[in-house]
Amino acid sequence: MAMTVAEKILARASGRSRVRAGEFVVAEVDLAMTHDIFAATVFDTLLDLGVEKLFEPARVAVVIDHFVPAPTAAIADLHHRVREHVERLGVGIFYDAGEGISHQLLPERGHIRPGMLVIGTDSHTTTYGALGAAGTGVGTSDMVYALATGKLWFRVPETIRFEFEGEVTAPTSWKDVVLAIAGLIGSDGAQYRSLEFGGPGAASAPISGRLTVANMAVELGAKFGIFPADQATAAYLGEADVDGPRPDPGAAYAATHHLDLATLSPLVALPHDVDRVVAASEVGDVPIDQAFLGSCTNGRLDDLEAAAAVVAGKTVAPGVRFLVAPASRTVMEQALASGAITTLVEAGATILAPGCGPCFGGHGGLLGPGEKGISSSNRNFPGRMGSSEAEIYLASPATVAASAVAGKVIDPREVTDG
Amino acid sequence: MDEVMRGRVWVFGDDISTDLLSPGAYAVDPVEVRKLHVLESVDPAFASSVRPGDLLVAGANFGCGSSRETAPENLKALGIACVVAGSFARIFLRNAIAIGLPILICPDAPLIVDTGDEAEVDLTSGMFRNVATGETARGEPLPPEMRQILAAGGILATLRS
Ligand code: SF4
Repeated sequence: MAMTVAEKILARASGRSRVRAGEFVVAEVDLAMTHDIFAATVFDTLLDLGVEKLFEPARVAVVIDHFVPAPTAAIADLHHRVREHVERLGVGIFYDAGEGISHQLLPERGHIRPGMLVIGTDSHTTTYGALGAAGTGVGTSDMVYALATGKLWFRVPETIRFEFEGEVTAPTSWKDVVLAIAGLIGSDGAQYRSLEFGGPGAASAPISGRLTVANMAVELGAKFGIFPADQATAAYLGEADVDGPRPDPGAAYAATHHLDLATLSPLVALPHDVDRVVAASEVGDVPIDQAFLGSCTNGRLDDLEAAAAVVAGKTVAPGVRFLVAPASRTVMEQALASGAITTLVEAGATILAPGCGPCFGGHGGLLGPGEKGISSSNRNFPGRMGSSEAEIYLASPATVAASAVAGKVIDPREVTDG
Repeated sequence: MDEVMRGRVWVFGDDISTDLLSPGAYAVDPVEVRKLHVLESVDPAFASSVRPGDLLVAGANFGCGSSRETAPENLKALGIACVVAGSFARIFLRNAIAIGLPILICPDAPLIVDTGDEAEVDLTSGMFRNVATGETARGEPLPPEMRQILAAGGILATLRS
């Protein structure tokens, strides 16, 4: 029986030769990640249950990424407790504050491989689909169960397939591709389902772009968002070839969409929903107070370079805070070496620590009541980046950078061409 | 947990997010505090008027937004017997099952009840019924494996046993 990539991964993980969408399986988890917001709760609960050992410490990852550096004494204490648990349980993969965002670090440091089943106490665990893995978010109780037993139940999802044709041309980017998809199917358009990306346009996607698209799969309600592994995946992993699951011809899809990438232009998601998507050139006159470049969606080297290319030789508009948080220490080093950080700083940007930064409204540059911000992150619902009376516009790094320079939401082509 | 539950109904609309169910400002407070703020920006009287055994009925995409398990936890702490909604956001659905909060997917439920009505929900058959009018709406029962976890009281209860 022909299977989708999601079906193949869940079949393998549950020790079956095949599974069908709608079936309920108990699968072995290849990697389980938790971060500073939930790690202490997860490990405290394990202790309360009398579980002294992790199912397999080498397959457990803990990252301190959300509150970096600790903004309060209470959070510093929380981080301290997380480190104690990590030490006591012998957690195999640990990244302390300042290394970067979990969803950047796990792919970047070689912990994600095609075909893996990965869970995380974070909804953007879908990001690992960029490397052909099935990654999905779970709550703390599910995580406790998985850390104790190595297993978790899953309902095999139906799959929606996207066939990409044509190529993305700068300053349009893969962020615009996923915003276009949000506009097309809506923020619950893939509820309970898996997204599978393919076609010639997908083959042309750099891994950074795949990470952006897979990251936002959850914004469409999806359980997974998978780019089956190919040559680009192998190159990213530093291997000559890579053997990851690919969909069978004739696999059953709930829907198949075709998207010609060449027809896309820079897009913006208006407040307060990711599917309120319009052309950047048609937003109208929206002055901004803050522009944020970063997050697990768009805080990578390619993103910083795209932004630097837009602001080179220009300055941020008066009154605009332009905040940049590289997604990892490695990204920061690369962007220093390439000159992108220097260009951004010369234009007036403030560089924040590698980590989540203000993306989730915890700290590090928030929006006040009545303020407007443009952000390269993934969510714009009320209160996400500070006051619930602030407004957030989501866009690509190039659009964020152009808007920082213009002082209002703008199509990057208006800045680069002029 | 019974597979058939009868209770007083509270009706809410579409896209009830985890932010509304578990406001971020109280995220790290104990559940006794958190539960007092459930849905306060939609209906300020809800948390103080809801009674154990009540049913919560809502539209599509219930529990969307951040993956906070405190959202179903708060509803359970208020004594909500079951959430009946048109559809659930995936992580909310997982978390509800994980902590043993019964749920039913039933798109037509909001059409046949108003807040204050008495209704009956049958998790095995997926039937939702307005007790006074006798009108019914057919929902999708959860797979038996998920109902087993619910019946055990959640996934950690299955771990203990
Ligand atoms: S960068 Fe934002 S979306 Fe990504 S993990 Fe951090 S808080 Fe979540």
